[in-house]
Order: sequence, then structure tokens, then C-alpha cells
Amino acid sequence: MEAYLGYFLYFLSLLTVGGIYAILALGLNVQWGFAGLFNAGIVGFVAVGAYTYALLTTAESTFHLGGFGLPLPIGMAVAMLASALVAALIGLVCIRLRSDYLAIATIGIAEIIKLIFKNETEVTNGPRGINKIPRSWEHFSEERFYSSWPMSWFGTPENWDAFFDSLPNWYWQPLFAGTIVLVVFVIYKMLERARTSPWGRMMTAIRENEPASRAAGKNVTRRRIEAFVIGAAIMGLGGAFLAQHLRLIEPTNTFDPSKVTFLVWVMLIAGGSGNNRGAILGAFLIWTIWSASELMISGIIDLITAIFSTMDASILQTRAGFLRMMLIGILMQVILQRYPGGILPEVRPASPKADTKTADTTGDTQ
Amino acid sequence: MWDAYLFEFVNFYLIPGLVLGCIYALGAIGITLTFGILRFANFAHGEIMMSGAYLTYTVMAVAAGAGLTLHPLVAMVPAAFMVILLFLGTDRFFYKPFRKEDTIKVVMASFGMMLIIRSAVQVIWGPNQIAFVPGIAKPNAWLQSFTGDLGAMIIMPNKHLFIFAGTIIIVIALGYLLNRTRIGKAMRAVSDSPDLAHVTGINVDKVINATWIVGGICATAAGVFLVMDTQTLETTMGFRMLLPMFAAAILGGIGKPYGAVFGGLVIGLAEELSAYPWIGDAPLLSPGYKTGVAFAIMVIMLIVRPQGLFKGRSF
Repeated sequence: MEAYLGYFLYFLSLLTVGGIYAILALGLNVQWGFAGLFNAGIVGFVAVGAYTYALLTTAESTFHLGGFGLPLPIGMAVAMLASALVAALIGLVCIRLRSDYLAIATIGIAEIIKLIFKNETEVTNGPRGINKIPRSWEHFSEERFYSSWPMSWFGTPENWDAFFDSLPNWYWQPLFAGTIVLVVFVIYKMLERARTSPWGRMMTAIRENEPASRAAGKNVTRRRIEAFVIGAAIMGLGGAFLAQHLRLIEPTNTFDPSKVTFLVWVMLIAGGSGNNRGAILGAFLIWTIWSASELMISGIIDLITAIFSTMDASILQTRAGFLRMMLIGILMQVILQRYPGGILPEVRPASPKADTKTADTTGDTQ
Repeated sequence: MWDAYLFEFVNFYLIPGLVLGCIYALGAIGITLTFGILRFANFAHGEIMMSGAYLTYTVMAVAAGAGLTLHPLVAMVPAAFMVILLFLGTDRFFYKPFRKEDTIKVVMASFGMMLIIRSAVQVIWGPNQIAFVPGIAKPNAWLQSFTGDLGAMIIMPNKHLFIFAGTIIIVIALGYLLNRTRIGKAMRAVSDSPDLAHVTGINVDKVINATWIVGGICATAAGVFLVMDTQTLETTMGFRMLLPMFAAAILGGIGKPYGAVFGGLVIGLAEELSAYPWIGDAPLLSPGYKTGVAFAIMVIMLIVRPQGLFKGRSF
């Protein structure tokens, strides 16, 4: 039983982190898959979302600004807004540029955002970061939540305390994973609706042939900014969930561009850019490979150190992580060259006016 | 005239700024050439620079094992060969398949290369900092006493003199290559108009290889100069240099090597001088935000004058 519980919890953590990455991949899919905007600074938007959420929801603290102790949903909503606002500012300036320049600009913005979080010690506690970030469902068992409204309406703090003591200490894990999966599903449904709507078809038109859509009277710049902002808002939400999952965020290691920006790109490309289902599949698949390879590599290291007793296991362990990164990079190159469409290639929504026969061949109209 | 303020300004802000500028300039030459000739932003350039520095370090360590003490500038030569091979190999296996396709695919491939190279370096040499040349660099005594006699004392360690001399030599050699040799002229022609160059019978593949070779030499030099200056090898330094180098290339105009040199010097100076106490006693901008200066210059250029100061290509 104990062993099964371990597997169950491992599965839940895969689902949690995979789900967070799926949210980020869906956000990137709006920017890259729908509108063809190369965002190389995903980590910046994630960091804005995570820090906004952290500052708004943590308890009052002397280390950083506030700790405003606001309800969690408000923190998440403001995280989305903050990320969208940053994206709107960048969009107004950089969206007219060719894709290469946009990539350079976004990679720069992400670095600047991290720089600000690192240097503004008064606000963000600098490199030491923010800790004790409340996590959905688990936060109910914290005293400051159950001793205040609305939880205090339903029971006294003593009752709540006894109630949470009676639950297993992992009670929040299925609920948290379930919440994230639900959020992924809701975003997926909304994006599918957007994709098959006139807005989504216009997006594809702009991506495929900008001069033609401009000639057809579409406001290309405005549509692009819209896609950029919506994608960034979704990434901000992903950042808020990441902050909840980690509970401690700091600017350098948490928001490592190779682990956030790059991994999300690999996920989207592997799953199939332009396809929302592909983005979700890619996120869960790559994350499973990523964390399973960690187990596999540590097994191999044990084997090597058992055979060659002179080898230092700790050196191998630190370097194995980088080897994993390198293999993921090579995997991305292979997918780019051999399977440019990804596992689930993009399906173009057919025009509602097209007859059913053509709809069958060109794509679904759901 | 040469009071304490000016002494401090020249020695602690202007000279370091120029040194940094030289490093950015050499890196930006490679970026601007690939951007101009192959028409894509090579994100892996910074990492290639970094691997050049690590290779130089290894060459020096191997030579030291054989009882030879090599100066970094000497050890740089075999390292540059390896970097050129790395560049050509990357091009052959990862960039060439996309040459006929949308440029963004190559940008993505270079984005992936950035990570592959960095992880490879971290696997081989480990993620920790390595001391490149131990010890404190003493200022050049002759220069100090000579300029001190003239009443304008300049404190400059030998490493900075080597960096200046090396940069000047490379830039002059590059000027000769681009203006006097056949392949250099072909490179400029392809940069201006690839179709026209192709029609006139220029072998574009050869030009592309030449671009990687020139870019590889400059990148190795930039990487080695950087570690000569900071005296530590870090795996993140390539990524840190990437943004200022792009800024330098865009400032000078894409496809203009001299523009890149000028842009590099401007960005380097701007980064260092932004920390000078221009108003009052406090630094104008907290030194933590140095990278931000390069970025701000780049964004302003992209809005105001995307073709750069020297009328480069704008996409």
C-alpha cells in the first residue's frame, strides 16, 4: 500500500508540473502557433506572473514589499493582468519588427525583468527570493487562512485544526493537480473556440500571408498585439501556478531560461505548433521524458560508481543534468528537421460555409 | 587638468569601457556577418565564444602538462581552429537543412544550438567557475611611469594592452580581407544582394563557409579577451554577452562589420559610463543594471532607425 501511494504521488506531481508546462505551452501556442510571433523570453512573463502572485498572496513580511495576504484567485487574476500589461508594452514597440528582432527583443526583456527582480531588493528580497507562497488547497491548513473569513464562518480554528490533522498530509496534492488539469482544460476549450472563430482564421491568414491579409483590410499589427498579450496572460497564470508549486521563488535558478523558455519551446514543437491538443500532449510527454530520464540517469550513475569505485558520484550527478539538457536540445533539432509538424500537426479550421466534403479534407469544423 | 576626477574617470570608467567595447565589437562582427550573409540572428554565437575560451584554457592546460607555458594569445590559435570546425559542423548539420526554408526555422535551430553547446561545455568542464589566469593583474609599470611623467597617469594592466592590440590587429586584417581579397568582396556582395551575387557567379556556399571562418576567429578572440579581462571561465558568460553583441550589431547596421566595431565600442562605453557619478556622488545607474543599457540602446535603435547608424540592412 505504501509503495502504491508513492507511485500515486509521483504520478500526481507529474500531472501537476506537466499541467503547468501545458499552460505555458498553450500560451506560447497562441503567440507562435496562431500568430507566428517568436517569443524567446517566456521566462520573463512567467517570472512577472509568479512574482505578482507571490507578492499579493503571501503573509505580511519584512523581507519584501507587502505580503498583502490577498485571496489566491485575486493573486492569480492580477498575475495574468501584470503579465499581459508587460506584453502589451513590448508589443506596442516590437511587434512591427521582423521575427528575428522580436526574438532578440523578447530574450532581452526577459533578462531585464530578471535583473529588476534581482536588484530591487526592497520589493522582491533580491537573490534570496520570496518564500512561504501559499499553494492552492494546501493553504487551507495554514492558520492565517482558517482563522479568518470565509473559513471562520464554518468552524472555529480549533475545529479546523483538528479537521486538517485527521487528513493525510498529502490531501492537497490530488486537489491541486486536479485544479491545474481543470485550468488546462478550460484554457484549451477557450483557445479551440478562438482558433475556429473568425479571429483564429484571421490569425492564420496573417501568419501565412501578411500582405494579402493587409490588403483584405485586416489590422495586422493590432491582431498580433492581441495574440501576444493573450499568450502572455496565459503564461502569467502558468507563472502563478509555478510559484504555488515551488513555494519559494528567486530570480536566478527558478527562472532559468533553459529550463523554462527552452523546454516550453521543445514541448510545443514536439507536440505540434498551431495545435492546442499538440501543445498539451507535448508538454506532458516531454515532461514525463524529462523526469523519467532523471530516474534513469541516477540509476546509471549508481551502476557506474559501483563498477568504477574511483569515480566521484557527486560530480557525475551534477553533470548528468546538463547531459539531459543537451539530449533534449538534440531531440528538438531532430524534430525540427524530420518532423516539422510535430506529433499532432496543425489542422486548419475550415470555413463554416464550405460544404462538408471539403471540410473533411481540409479539417474539422467543430 | 589631470585632477583626481579625470584620473578616476579615465582609468576606472573609460578604459574598462573600451576594453569591454573591444570584446563586444569582436563578437558583434561575427553576428553582423551571419545576419547579413545568411540572414538570420545566430543565437548560438555567444556560446561559441564561450566554448572558444574553454578550448583555449584546455590548450593551455595541456601545454602546461607538457612543460610549456603558453600565453592565451598563442593558445588561442589552435582553439580558433577547433571553433571554426565547430561552426562549420553546426552549419552543415543544423543550419544547412533549413537554408531554403523560412528564416525563423534557422533562428529556432540556433536557439537550440545555444543550449546544446552550453550543456556540452557544462558536461565536459563542469558548471563551476574556473580560474583562467590566477593572481591580480598588476598595472604596466612602464606605461604608468611614462604617462605619470607626462602628468596624466594611466593605470593599465598588460592584459588590457593585449586586448587593445589584438582587437586592432584583427580589425585591420578584417578590413584587408573585406576590401582587398576576392572572397571578402564576394562576402560583401552576398551581404548586399544574394540574388545578384548568385547571378554574377559568386559561389554562395564558399562565401558562407568564409563567413563562419571569419566569425569563428573573431568569436574565439572575443571569448579569450573576455576571460583574459575577467580572469574566470563561466558557462553563462556567452549568454550574458549575447544581448550587448546583438545591440552592437543593430546599432552599427546589420551586415556592416565596421558598424559592428563602432557599435561594440559605443555599447561597451555606455555600459561602463552609465555607472559613473555624472550627477552628484551616486552612480547614475546602479551597476546591476548595466545589461539594461545595451538593451535600451537596442530598442531605441529598432524604433528610431532600424537600419542602424551605418545604413545596414533592415528587415
